Amino acid sequence: MTASSTAAQLPAERVASGRLPRFFSRFGVHLVLAVLMIIWLLPTIGLLVNSLRSSSDIASSGWWTALFPPKGLTLDSYAKVLAETDIASGFINSLFITIPATIIPIFVAAFAAYAFSWMNFPGRNLLFVAIVGLLVVPLQTTFIPILQTFGQLGFAGEFLTVWLAHTGYGLPFAIYLLRNFMGSLPKEVFESAYIDGASPVTAFFRLALPMTVPAIAALAIFQFLFVWNDLLVALIYLGAVRPENLPMTVQIANLVNSQGGGWELLGPAAFISMALPLVVFFALQRYFVRGITGGAVKG
Amino acid sequence: MDPRLGTALAVVIGIPAVLVGYIYLTEVVLRFVPERRRAQFRPWLWLLPALLFLGLFLVIPTVLTILRSFQGAVAGAWVGLENYAWFFGTPDALIALRNNLLWVVFLTLFTVGGGLIIAVLVDRVRYETIAKSVIFVPLAISMTAAGVIWRFMFDYQSPGSPQTGTLNGILGAVGLGPISFLQVDTLALNTIFLIIVMAWMWTGFAMVILSAALKGISTELLEAARVDGATEWRVFRFIVFPLLLPTVAVVSTTIVITALKAFDIVYVMTNGNFGTDVIASRMIKESFIFGNFGHGSALAVILLLAIIPVMGLNISRFRAQEAIR
Repeated sequence: MTASSTAAQLPAERVASGRLPRFFSRFGVHLVLAVLMIIWLLPTIGLLVNSLRSSSDIASSGWWTALFPPKGLTLDSYAKVLAETDIASGFINSLFITIPATIIPIFVAAFAAYAFSWMNFPGRNLLFVAIVGLLVVPLQTTFIPILQTFGQLGFAGEFLTVWLAHTGYGLPFAIYLLRNFMGSLPKEVFESAYIDGASPVTAFFRLALPMTVPAIAALAIFQFLFVWNDLLVALIYLGAVRPENLPMTVQIANLVNSQGGGWELLGPAAFISMALPLVVFFALQRYFVRGITGGAVKG
Repeated sequence: MDPRLGTALAVVIGIPAVLVGYIYLTEVVLRFVPERRRAQFRPWLWLLPALLFLGLFLVIPTVLTILRSFQGAVAGAWVGLENYAWFFGTPDALIALRNNLLWVVFLTLFTVGGGLIIAVLVDRVRYETIAKSVIFVPLAISMTAAGVIWRFMFDYQSPGSPQTGTLNGILGAVGLGPISFLQVDTLALNTIFLIIVMAWMWTGFAMVILSAALKGISTELLEAARVDGATEWRVFRFIVFPLLLPTVAVVSTTIVITALKAFDIVYVMTNGNFGTDVIASRMIKESFIFGNFGHGSALAVILLLAIIPVMGLNISRFRAQEAIR
């Protein structure tokens, strides 16, 4: 069947794919995408502009009135949020929480992933399926017993609690991601290493780990963003006991819910908390995307 | 200098050193095991740290919470199904369940539908990378920050005074009265507005995965259909869409789980007021504000029960993948 005969049978569709309508449909694609991009950027731009205005301006007029021509833009709110709130120490706390809570699960997961990929033991598949199942367990089902145990052990509210908890919570995904990657490494590499007398420890550190770097990079970004952006875990384990240990997310949430004015502080606080994730995101977007698609679509 | 810096350094260097040391130690330990049994013991030693963490932080606490849900506000006082009866008999609490349903339906619809449309559209333009980054970037920020950003979108001032919220500014410009977005609970509209915030964050996730799957479809196939006179719509409807369907299913599972676990956005934007509570936020409220761990545990178990079918889907999909590995 040729193109012309099909088109002749379907005159309506021929019009739709004619030259002029095609121009309009191209134009339509650009228009829709432009509108979507504006919709996606607008909320953030609004907050950015408001974070650069004084509190009286924010309360009396919309952010768009400050744009054409630009007027009354100042960094005062940023100075104020750093001087008058705990956001600066919250930033340090977020780092204290995030870095160990990113490093620990990577190591623990890498060992487990290697065992799942390259060692034989009874119940291997069943155990891995159970870990895949744990991926979705809501953290809420774990809070009350863990909180009580931490209290009894006497380290409630310490950073240690969130380091350990985030490691436990992050492990199912970490093991899943690393095992999928390690399991697809070429078998021959490990076989010849064993023939040459390498121990599993050597094979792991010299072969498996270096070859898994792309997956580890993706995992590190995920875990970093997950912990840095986490509100719930920090709120539960640190919130009530040691307020001075709170990360930025909880501090900002408290600022929102306190309602005691200080609206001009929200914007700067939010942007300070977004700075690091945005740097990580734009610098390592490639790995980030690979991590997401690697976890979901195979091949 | 912050005295905690020393602790942090010790942790960042110490813990990996301990873990690496542990793995080397396993080989030392295995020397005491008869050679033919070593291969049998070794995997369990490698898995031990992970199994400890998973057991102590996920498995055992979940079991304890299930047990706790059959006890009253005071631990140890067994009350049978009373906490569940409370939940299903209290209209105020049931709102949380209704809202979670809305979250599941509309978040999936918005993100997967939106992500699919955007993935197909950006495939046709040269500025694809930039467009994708713009849609994708909200996923990198915290839901707390997103909540703050959208509070200024939804901001409401009483009629007559100048509107400072972006959406009410736009409504005002076309002559419509200001809407108190987060307080209109007719038809649970405020919950829908909260879902829109989450959709703003998660549409990029759906788009990236669907876009990757789209690139995997052979262009020869599509060209052949076009040469045969198929319109763009028919190419999409009868070739692209069916081929994307498995990926759509995968993305939907993740989004459904995200919707069931929804918490941060609600907590930051309304704190569950005006009928916007979801199960997760109600659970935190019952446990840590009202101090009733019985109610809180029951809510957590209800959340778990809602997620288990999705988990089942996840596992069966995983097994199917393994089969073709």
